[in-house]
Amino acid sequence: MRLLTHNMLSSNIKGVINGFPLRIEAVKVVEKTVEMNADFLKNMFQKIDWKVLIEASRAMGYTELPEESDFSLLESDEFLSIFHHALLELHLEEGALVCPESGRRFPVSKGIPNMLLHEDEV
Amino acid sequence: MKLKQLEGLIGGLDQFSNPKVELEQYPTGPHIASRMLFTAENSFGDVTNKVVADFGCGCGTLGIAASLLGAEHVLGIDIDPESLEIAYLNAEELEVDIDFIHSSIKDLGWRGQFVDTVIMNPPFGTRTKGADLDFLSVALKVASQAVYSLHKTSTRDHVKRTALREFNARNAEVLCELRFDVPKLYKFHKKKEVDVAVDLWRFVPGKHQT
Repeated sequence: MRLLTHNMLSSNIKGVINGFPLRIEAVKVVEKTVEMNADFLKNMFQKIDWKVLIEASRAMGYTELPEESDFSLLESDEFLSIFHHALLELHLEEGALVCPESGRRFPVSKGIPNMLLHEDEV
Repeated sequence: MKLKQLEGLIGGLDQFSNPKVELEQYPTGPHIASRMLFTAENSFGDVTNKVVADFGCGCGTLGIAASLLGAEHVLGIDIDPESLEIAYLNAEELEVDIDFIHSSIKDLGWRGQFVDTVIMNPPFGTRTKGADLDFLSVALKVASQAVYSLHKTSTRDHVKRTALREFNARNAEVLCELRFDVPKLYKFHKKKEVDVAVDLWRFVPGKHQT
């Protein structure tokens, strides 16, 4: 699971008011190289919760993202390639996503998070 | 990529080994899947460089086709872990990256408007009444640009009315009518192959409140 997916998912358990962001417990992280698309990144930059992306990438052992970000950074190729790497090339392969409010763990196995809710959580 | 190339590539994908009748698992054939994605891209520009989600992805056919047509980020969501395992291998086989999520469509929480396009071949709602419209309801909330979906032609008026009136769609249009070959997968199928008339729809979601 890429961190772009992480940035758009939240826990949807009954009674939970703010299920975002899910906390990442990383056991195994893999990197897969993909071609960079600057226009796509610029578009995503407007939608991303930056702080959440920083936290998530740190939990995955990647610490290159700058603390503060603004649109001027998008002119820098160096920034784009760091952003690209964090957003699309890091994959949480084994571990868990944890609901920030209830502490419920959603296990991630072979890169696939299991977000299925139990009957009493719907 | 040419239509025939796309059809050929996804024609080689593995399909359900033990289809589950309660989930109405029917594979989306390469003929329909390739035309669906090809139309979405060539007529509407809804695939290339987009974020695309495949709802009820099964063995991943539609999501993989989207990825082959240049979707930048593809999500495949299904409730059935066995299907996801096949989908995962199918994606690997064609060297495309897809983020699969094991979940029911209604269990998943979404933040923001990341997903441009939802593509889906939902359960037709024959076994569980209304299952296809449950999918559509969520799809129209999650997508910001368009939803492509297959529904039985016999339910056309109902689908249109529900999408526009209840799900706040701005537009609901049948792009074409297709024949869906349902091979004899289940014991209750008496005939060897059943031909079902299916509409390919394009829905435009209404403005989302953020």
